[in-house]
Order: sequence, then structure tokens, then C-alpha cells
Amino acid sequence: MGLWIERQRNILDFTLSSLARRKGKNIALVLVYTVLVLLLASVMFFTHALRKQAVLVLQDAPAMVIQRMAAGRHDLIPRRYADAIRSVRGVSGVRGRLWGYYFDPVVSANYTLLVPERTTQEPGTIVIGEGVSRARAAFPGDILPIRGYDGQLVYLTITDVLSSTSELVSSDLMLLTEQDYRRLFNLPDGLYTDIVLDVRNSREVPTVAAKIVKLLPDTRPITRSEVLRTYDSIFDWRSGIVVVILSAALLAFVIFAWDKASGLSAEEKKEIGVLKAIGWETADVLWLKFWEGTVISLTAFLAGTALAYVHVFLTPAALFEPVLKGWSTLYPRFRLLPEIDPYQVATLFFLTVVPYTVSTVIPSWRAATIDPDAVMRS
Amino acid sequence: MRRSTLFLAVIAALAGTLAILFVHARSALSEGRGLLEEQAAMVRQYGLTDLCLFTEARYTRHPSQADLHTAFQDHPLSLEHFPSGSLLPPPQPLKEQYGSLDRTTTQHP
Repeated sequence: MGLWIERQRNILDFTLSSLARRKGKNIALVLVYTVLVLLLASVMFFTHALRKQAVLVLQDAPAMVIQRMAAGRHDLIPRRYADAIRSVRGVSGVRGRLWGYYFDPVVSANYTLLVPERTTQEPGTIVIGEGVSRARAAFPGDILPIRGYDGQLVYLTITDVLSSTSELVSSDLMLLTEQDYRRLFNLPDGLYTDIVLDVRNSREVPTVAAKIVKLLPDTRPITRSEVLRTYDSIFDWRSGIVVVILSAALLAFVIFAWDKASGLSAEEKKEIGVLKAIGWETADVLWLKFWEGTVISLTAFLAGTALAYVHVFLTPAALFEPVLKGWSTLYPRFRLLPEIDPYQVATLFFLTVVPYTVSTVIPSWRAATIDPDAVMRS
Repeated sequence: MRRSTLFLAVIAALAGTLAILFVHARSALSEGRGLLEEQAAMVRQYGLTDLCLFTEARYTRHPSQADLHTAFQDHPLSLEHFPSGSLLPPPQPLKEQYGSLDRTTTQHP
């Protein structure tokens, strides 16, 4: 065993010397390969962590949201719908929700206005999310003017700013009283944005949803599992920008592999011929090429994966930030919790290290089995 | 020093760094439980349904609450044009609903 290890180390020494002779080319190769792994691993880490966090955070979302549809579009729902839903067996905690959007022309940002079910807020006051506070430079005690349905400004006093640690769910929130909300949007009493409810037995949710649709055909129930499934498809592989990133990375990888697999350079063939002429066996030549592929791909895999972790979890994911922001003026500052799926890391390993190493060994096997004299002469 | 020794040392250092980062992930996760609970409590308290990831359009701010026509909210022919739409496809239930409607109308013209 000791002899075998020493033999492999000698081959590895020779491999590294051989790589060092083409230093510039090989360093460039490792760098590009590392960036490729960095991109792929970053997308994998980011999407997995975001999906996992979405599931954990939204598991307490309402069991069901009932929207009223009018001519295919979401419409306000009357209170009598809530009364009808209460009669469905298994339903509890039926309540109307008031929420909507407000476009702030001062900073060109969209806010989400929401009336909390239970609140100690006084009319004329407002609680804002950290993102709103940042965008408007507004703090507790300040007055925030909001333009109402009639163009008149309604002045609300900021009483609190929601904690910055919850920005992932609350960055653009504005919490106000029902009275102020109805006044701002001229919303008559008895109309709500939608209705939320709880279901005593979670296994009955689909049955309850079906009963509600039968009872009120112009409604559309959205269950909690559907909400969670929505976030399952975020960064879906079919999504445009991710496809662009991945296809560019994949194309680069295919070029690498093709370059290796399509044959060896004359210099490399000559090297193999010389090695065989001085007594190297075919197996030794293959080991040499195996180590050559491994040195490059393993270094790139380890460095790329470590850099991806730092990029996604220890810095504000600078590569993704402009993509995530899109045209948003108001963007939450949040740090993802480092949820890593070992299966994904293993997949990345087998997708990056193994094909490259194999594509290095196969053409060398062809050259190594030909007569050394013929290889050198060609 | 032999080149192979140097190389193995570099690989060991890189693997060690990766292992340290994965250990860091474990500890950061257990420390972050409080943060998750705080966010979940806010979701419970206010009955929230979506993450505040993309605030540029209402169907990207609350994708789970979007209907089939929200992408056309600004103009009848304004096809989905916000960059976030590239990252967030329409919710699966909507697609299923539309798919089944499409099949039904095809079968019964």
C-alpha cells in the first residue's frame, strides 16, 4: 500500500510539474472553472436557503384566503360572504382583511398598507416597516402625508418602526387603523379586501375549499399549501435570468469538456510518446492524466463552493442583488440563514469534478495505447 | 518541499475551509431560530401571506395572491415586463387552474 501511495505521489509530482510548464493557461483554466462553480453553487445555495426560509416563515400564514373574483379579476368581498363561510363545518376564525398598495410618488416606491386585526393604534397614527423608514427617512414622531382617493393629503403620525430583523416579511408594510384605511380609499363599511379563515383539521382544508367554492361560486380560495408552493417555484429553472446564468455557465463548461475530449494537442501527444518511450506503462499515463484532471477540477470545486458560501451567506449576495432588486425602489435588507442541502453539494461535485476528470482521461487513453514511435512522429 | 506535498496541503486547507464554513452554517442556523420565530410571529400576527422580496409590482410583491390578469394590470396588452417576473413564475395553482380550464374548453368547444 505504501509503495502504491509513493508511486501515486511521484506521478502527482510529475503532473504538477507538467501543469507548471503551462502555468498561464492552467491558472486561467482554474480561475474560470472556479467562477463557474461559484455561480452554480451560489444559485443552488441561494434558492435552497430562500425556499427553506419561506416555508419556515410562512407556515403560520392563514390556512385559507378567500378572494372574490369579478370578471376574472380580484374584487372587494362583502361581509355577508364571511357570514356564509362561517356556516361551513370545520371552519373557524373567519375575519375580513383590509390591505392594499400605495404608490409613493416622492420616492417612486410601492408600499403595502395593512389593517392589523388586533391593534392598540389610535386613528391618525401609522406604524411603518424598516424599508419605508429608510426610503422616506421617516422615524417615530414624524408626520407622514398619504394622498387619499380624492387627492387630499391625510397626515398620519408615525408611532413605531417594525424591527429590522423582520424585514424579509415587513420591509414595505404600513400598518394603520381601519378607520384611516377606509377614509383614505373611500371604502364603505362592510367591504373587505379578502377573507381569511382557519380550518380546525388541517386535512380537511381541500374539502372546506371545495365547499366554499360550491357555496360562493364567485370566490377563489388560496390555501396555505398553495402559498408555500408558490415560493417553491421561485428561481425555478425555467425562469429567465437563472436560465441565462446557468446556460452561460453550462456552455462554458461544455467548451472546457469539449476542448479536452476532442483530442490532445501535439505537445501533449509528444509528451505521452516520450513517457511511453522511456518506460512508462499505459496505466501510469492514465494516472498522470487522472491527476491532471483532478488537480484542476477539485481545486476549482473546493474554492468555488467556499466562495459561493461566503458570497451568499456572509455578504449581501452582491451578484444577485441587482437581479433581485429589478425595478424595485424599496428593497429589504435581509441575511439568509445558511441552509445547505448535502445532496446538492454532492450533485455539484459529481457534475463538475467527475465529467472534467473523465474527459481528460479518455483522449489520453487513446494516445497512450498507440505505439510511442507513431505518436511522436505524428 | 515536494510539489505533491504542497498541493495536498492546499487541498486540505480548502477542504478544511469548506468544513469550517459548513460548521458555521450549523451554528448560524441554531442562532437564527430566534430570527425565524420573530418573522413567523409577524406573519401570524398580521396574517401575512408573502415574503417582501420584490416590491416593484403587486403580482411580484404578493405572488401567491395574484390572479391571471394582474400581469396585465397597467394596459390590456402590457405583457409581463417587470424583471422579477424572470425569477418568479406564476404560482403553480394558477397554472393548474388555467391548464384544466384550457383542456375543458378544448374538449367541449
